This record gives sequence, C-alpha cells and structure tokens, in this order.
Amino acid sequence: MSTPRKQVILGAYLGGVNHHTAWWHPEAGSQIDFSSFEHTARTAERGKFDFFFLAEGLALRERAGEIFDQDIIGRPDTLTVLASLAAVTEHLGLAGTINTTFNEPYELARQFASLDHLSGGRAAWNVVTSFDAFTGQNFRRGGFLDPADRYVRAEETLSAVRVLWDSWSAADLVADKATGRYLGRPDAGAFAFHGSQFDIAGRFTVPRSPQGRPVILQAGVSPQGRDFAAANADAIFSPYAELREAAKFYRDIKARAVASGRAADDIKILPSASFVLGDTEAEAVEKYHAVRNEQVTGQTALILLEQIWNRDLSGYDPEGPVPDIDPDPDAAPIIQGRAFVHQDRFATVRRLREVAEAKKLTLREVVIDQFERGPLVGTPAQVAEQIDTFVQDNGSDGFILGSHLVPWGLDEFVDKVVPLLQDRGALRTEYTGTTLRDNLGLRAARTATTVSAGT
Amino acid sequence: MGSKLHLGAALDGAGWHPAAWREPNSRPAELFTPAYWTDLATTAQRGLLDFVTIDDSLSVPGDRRAPTDGALDRVRARIDAQLIAARIAPVTRHLGLIPTITTTHTEPFHVSKAIATLDYTSRGRAGWQARVSGTAAEAAHFGRRPLRELTAAELAEVAAAGTFPDFVHDRFAEAADAVEVVRRLWDSWEDGAEIRDVATRRFIDRDKLHYIDFQGRHFGVRGPSITPRPPQGQPVVTALAHAPLIYEFAARGADLVFVTPTREAGPAPILEQVAAAAAQVGRAGEALRVYADLVVFLDSDQETGPHRLARLNEASGAEFGSDAPIFAGSADELAELLIEWSAQGVDGFRLRPGVAVDDLAAIADRLVPALQQRGVFRTGYPDGSLRALLDLPTTVPNRYATA
Ligand SMILES: Cc1cc2nc3c(=O)[nH]c(=O)nc-3n(C[C@H](O)[C@H](O)[C@H](O)COP(=O)(O)O)c2cc1C
Repeated sequence: MSTPRKQVILGAYLGGVNHHTAWWHPEAGSQIDFSSFEHTARTAERGKFDFFFLAEGLALRERAGEIFDQDIIGRPDTLTVLASLAAVTEHLGLAGTINTTFNEPYELARQFASLDHLSGGRAAWNVVTSFDAFTGQNFRRGGFLDPADRYVRAEETLSAVRVLWDSWSAADLVADKATGRYLGRPDAGAFAFHGSQFDIAGRFTVPRSPQGRPVILQAGVSPQGRDFAAANADAIFSPYAELREAAKFYRDIKARAVASGRAADDIKILPSASFVLGDTEAEAVEKYHAVRNEQVTGQTALILLEQIWNRDLSGYDPEGPVPDIDPDPDAAPIIQGRAFVHQDRFATVRRLREVAEAKKLTLREVVIDQFERGPLVGTPAQVAEQIDTFVQDNGSDGFILGSHLVPWGLDEFVDKVVPLLQDRGALRTEYTGTTLRDNLGLRAARTATTVSAGT
Repeated sequence: MGSKLHLGAALDGAGWHPAAWREPNSRPAELFTPAYWTDLATTAQRGLLDFVTIDDSLSVPGDRRAPTDGALDRVRARIDAQLIAARIAPVTRHLGLIPTITTTHTEPFHVSKAIATLDYTSRGRAGWQARVSGTAAEAAHFGRRPLRELTAAELAEVAAAGTFPDFVHDRFAEAADAVEVVRRLWDSWEDGAEIRDVATRRFIDRDKLHYIDFQGRHFGVRGPSITPRPPQGQPVVTALAHAPLIYEFAARGADLVFVTPTREAGPAPILEQVAAAAAQVGRAGEALRVYADLVVFLDSDQETGPHRLARLNEASGAEFGSDAPIFAGSADELAELLIEWSAQGVDGFRLRPGVAVDDLAAIADRLVPALQQRGVFRTGYPDGSLRALLDLPTTVPNRYATA
C-alpha cells in the first residue's frame, strides 16, 4: 500500500479590517451581523475545513490622530461570535485570536475551556502578544507592557492557563446521584502559579473540557516568536507564500520544535492565503489584477507605505516613484492600532525600491506587488494543484483561506476546489474526529503535565 | 386587557438548591454541555418568559455564608455565562439573554463589546447582569490587587445598621464607573456610522464615531468601541441588590434591579428604599424597574412543593436558606402572590428554579398558564427586542449624537 497522502489542513477566515476586503463590491455583506459569520462558517464546514478563524484588534486604527475611514472599521467580540457559531456548526474548529496583554490567565483559561465545552471540543486560541500604549488606552490597566516583555508575559500567560486547564482531571467530575458525590476529590481545580508576571492561586471552576487543552495557535515571526511557537503551539501562521521561503520557515519551525523536545509533527504550519478563481487561467489572472487594482487605491498605497516610513507621505504621487526619503522610526507613530510586522523599516524600504526599479513599477504598483498574502490564482484545478503541491512539498501543512468578498466568497472555493482536493486524496470527505485536535491530526493533550512557572 | 406581568427566570447550574443536581430529572454531568443549556432555554421560551439570566462569578459557586470548601456533594463548578448565552442565542428567537459578568477584575472594554456582540448574535435580545466581585478568593485568581472582605464584625454592622465600610463604597463606585464606560462605549458609534461611500472610498463617517475619554477615580478608557452600536442601542443592564448602597449602584446605571423582599414584609419597604436611592443619585429619565426575586419549588404531579423542598433539604443535610424569599407550593398560589406583589408596585419577577429542569418546566407549563387564565400574562411573543419585551423604550437616544 502506498503511504497516505499528506492531508491539507484548511482554515477559513472572514476578511475584516484591512484593504483586502472588497466592501465596495455590490454583493458585499455586513462585517458585523451574525448572518455573515454564520454563512462563512457553514460554508467552511460544508467544505470539510478544519476551523474558522477570527483575528483581533482592540482599538480603531488611526492615521495622524484621526480614525481611519478608508477600510472596513469595526468587528465583533471574538469569543461571543465563536460561541454563537458553535450553535450553527457541528464539526468546525472555532479559533479566536486573543492577546495576552489585555487579558488575565484566569479569564482566558475560563473562556477557552468554556468554549471547548460549549462546542464539544472545537476551541482554539491564537495567542498573540500585541502590545502598545495606544491600544492600552482602552483598558483600565493601560499600556504598561514594555515591548521587550511581551513574550515573557505571553509565555507565562500560556503556562498559567495550562496549569488552570490541568487543574481538573476527567476523574474529578463524578456527579453520582446515588452516592451524592459530585466531585472526585475535594480540591478539584485547586491551582497555584507563581512567576515574574503572575502570582495567582485558588480554584478553577471549569471542569476538564473535551480537548483537555484547547488547541494553541500562534502568529509571530521574530526569533522569539518562533521559539515560543515551537515550544508551545499546535500550529503557527506562516507569513510566507513563496515556496522556497516557506519551506525554509517550515524546516526552521519543525527543527525548533524538535530542539524543544517535541515531535516535528506536533506543530502545523499554516500560511494565510487569498484566492481568485476563473474558468481559464487568463480569466483568473485578469480578475486577480482587477481586484488588486481596486483594493489598492492610491490613497491606500500611501497609507500602507506610511506605516513603514512612519512619515506623512500624502504629498507623494501614487503613480510616481517610491519616496526617496528615509523612514523615520523615532517619530511618534503616524499609523496607530495596527499590528506592525516589519522588523526592519530600512530593509523593507530598500527592498521596495529594488523591486520598483527592477520591475519598473510605480509606488502604487509596488505596493500591489509586495503587500500580498500568497494569492492562489487560476482555474479550480490549478488552485487545487497549487495547494496540494505546496503542502506535499512541505511549504506548509495547509492554508488559512480568506476571500475578498464577505460573506459569499468562500462558496466558490468550496464548490469548485474542495471536490478536486478530495479527488486528489488530500482532503477528507467526511469528518472523522470528534474534536478539532483529532481533525488536525494532533495527539491528545497530555494531562496534568508539570509546567514550569517561569522565573 | 389587564396590565401584563413581567416574568423571567434565573438559571444557575442544576438549580438554586444545593441538592438540585441529585433529582431524577437533573443532568448533573451535563451542566457543561450545550444541550443542557439549549434545553433550558427552549423550556423558558415555551413558557413565553421575558428572559433568562445566567448566573456567574469568578470563584467556586455556592453560598458565601456557608463555605463549602472540602465538600464533595456540591456542584462546585461552572462555565462562562456570557458564552453560554452566546451559545443559546442562535437557537432561540424571542427569549432575552442576560448573562452575569463581573466588573471588579474584568475590563469594561471587553464587557462592552461582548454584550454588544451578544446583541448582534441574538438579534436584539442581550442584557447584562453587572456584578461586583467581592471576595478575596476572586482577587487571588487575578493576583493584581488584594481585596479586603467584610469581617464578621463588619458584616454584623451591615446587618444591624445597613451601612458599609468605605472600601465597599469604593468598590461599588468603581463598578458604577465600569457600567458607565460600557454604556458610553455602546454609544461611541452613532447609528448609521457605516456609510460605505464608494465615491470617496469612505467606509465610515468618522464624525459619527466618538472617543468616550472616560477618566474616573479608578481608571480611564478612551474608546471608541471596536464594535458598532448594538441593535438595541443600549442592551438591558441589570443588577441584583440587597441594600440601599447597592440600590444606589443600580439606580446609577441599571435598567432593572432584582430585589429580595421577605415574604412577611412584602415588597413595599424595598420599593421605598429603591425610590429613595434613585432620588439620592438623581436618576433622571426612565424609572428603574424593580423585579422581585423568588426561589421557587412548585408542586409536581407526584409531590407538593413543600414536600419536594423537604426532601431536597434532607438530601443536602441542611435547611435551604437564600437571600431571596422562598416559595414552595402550587402554581395557582404563586400566581396569586405575583399578582398581589404586582399590585403593590413591583414591575416584574425573576424566579429562581430550585431545581432547574423541574421547576423551570413547572413555571412554563403550570405557572404561566395560571397567569394567562388570570389575564395577566401574554399568550404569544410579539416581534421585537428584549427592550420591547420589557416595555423599555426601544429608541434610545445616543448621548454623542449631535444631529
Ligand atoms: C499571520 C499573522 C496574524 C496576526 N494576527 C494578529 C491579530 O489578529 N491580532 C493581533 O493583535 N496581532 C496579530 N498578529 C501580530 C502578532 O501577534 C505579533 O504581535 C507580531 O507578529 C509581532 O510579533 P513578532 O515580533 O514575533 O513577529 C499577527 C501576526 C501574523 C504574522
């Protein structure tokens, strides 16, 4: 017998607060109404996806002190949407991004364990470290966290959350009416965690959830972020769409996982991607260019560059060359409230200039060219092939897919590409597991392992 | 058509009696499963109830006056009430959903968007029971600040004179600030802020978004919310209160206050105290609605309410005590009591089922028909929001709107 084909993991996200989502499209629906989330999640489940995913942002973006009005603004509360989606789906994993800065371990552990109970074992937490004083203004505890400390707090938060999740074992819930014994031991849920960030103790009230430990996702590309993910996460988002770069990231993360005492297969690697389909390749490519051209207006292009330059670039011509001045990293941020992912502004600027020159692109065109999230473009057969090949060649273990058209965009993918992936033997035709962990091919969570409490 | 009674139910695990989980119909191992909660919600909706509240706290459930540490025979577990409400929302249509969320350790920004989102996923049926976390145990779960509890001497003082030490005043002042912030965040987007103006590529009219710039004694919050104004504009805010200080807290920020009269004195003294509290804090606009809480043990086909209660007490090994008045008897007797208290000026009732599965079913199938026969309860749901169901104004002016 041949070895079974590596299964493609699929996540779906609902395009939100960014320039990728085509809110101006005549068919575009609400970004807030539950029906949009319900439709996308049901569609993903129809396509046998592994999970539905929500990103997070806790402050409205601003440019030069004014609320941003060019893109979609506004999003609902992540955990509430996911718990409501648990009512209208049966198998789909429900993954939410929640940062570790503006939440406490006790409430995080409680909310995700509750979601895991209420969804029958389908909860996942995307642990992000976002910090900034700007977002902190919305929270009573403020923006107290030094950027350098964010992974320290993230690690400790996750460790503490695991201590809480592990404070109940399956045997602690007896609920025997005849004997009148509800608990297996009087101190079920007792916990203590002492670290540099937290000094907490008491009783956790949520009995062990179906997955024991909900699935952990992580998004972050710095060396610190990679180590954190490799040691802790069940899956990590990859920012790389190009196979060579992606495969390098893939090997790096798997190696880091092994170095931290885990199996390479214990962590899944998932780039996010958009897709554009056509009946012919030419049609798809044309559609793709049309969409991108509409997404990146001159104003949007300038704003995206302002984030890197940290300067007011509104005087530049979007159809002219890339600005010839240097970034100003030390000035007060011009764009606020957006996760900043460019580690080195000067290197990014250099790259943009080189690409513009080599390909003879205007400022706007170079933004279109460079600010892309791994587009899958082609006929359904080509896209199925691209996905399958990328995964079989270890560029990733799957994809997190979003469409620019909310909420209907995913339908086309599920109708046309999913059957082809299934024909190739790369995607399930029925859900086999009962929990998200099962469906992702992750081993069951260890129970009550000792977790180091940090320093 | 006579004036209609308002009736909701308070859900808490297997029921409010500590032995409720041992009853034949109870499903103690399923208290953390979605089916248990959707079944209860379906029953409440069958009974045409206005709402269910879902109890919660950040510590082990149980009677604070009778510590149950070390007890093996109690349901010392619960899951997040807000998420239970969210899980119920898509499978119900009319029922108001009012989870408890505590204020002391919780970020008002999170509370605001959570309840606003529940209002979206329930299509206008969200409420919030705001609750202070008063225990040192809860504070230790967060480890950010130690929290004093009332000493036995202070508790006696509270019971005798009805006055609280300063730190309790502070805690409720902080909670009032939290409620204020949550409400301001709900208003921080005007209705119609989303314009989707394709010509100018503007998704929103930023002039319709507002910084709340709240700066109180305890904390500040800038805003605006990340979540647009919810369908009800202002979801329904409720609080449970037992003393004038807490009536004042409710009068500052709540739409509904749940109170606990005694059977002997009836609701009149509390209604007076609530009115005084409202005057004291200068409440303007809509009157604070006063709902009386009652723990109920209703007659079944096999057994009277008092018998059931006695049997439950025997199982738990103690006489059942509660902050709320306890009613054990027939649906007809309860109907008469509710009508009598209504006549004294109570706006509505929140019944706490002694045994969740059994007493909620009895409320739906015995009490509600008894009230309908007397012409004081609806016979079908109207369409509309929870505010409409509760006779609260359905158009809520936005404090930031200029036009
Ligand atoms: C694919 C991806 C998705 C992310 N999604 C979010 C998000 O939804 N909310 C958020 O606050 N931060 C998000 N981030 C930001 C990360 O949490 C983190 O702050 C950022 O990547 C910087 O960390 P690093 O230095 O380890 O890369 C995301 C990052 C990546 C790479």
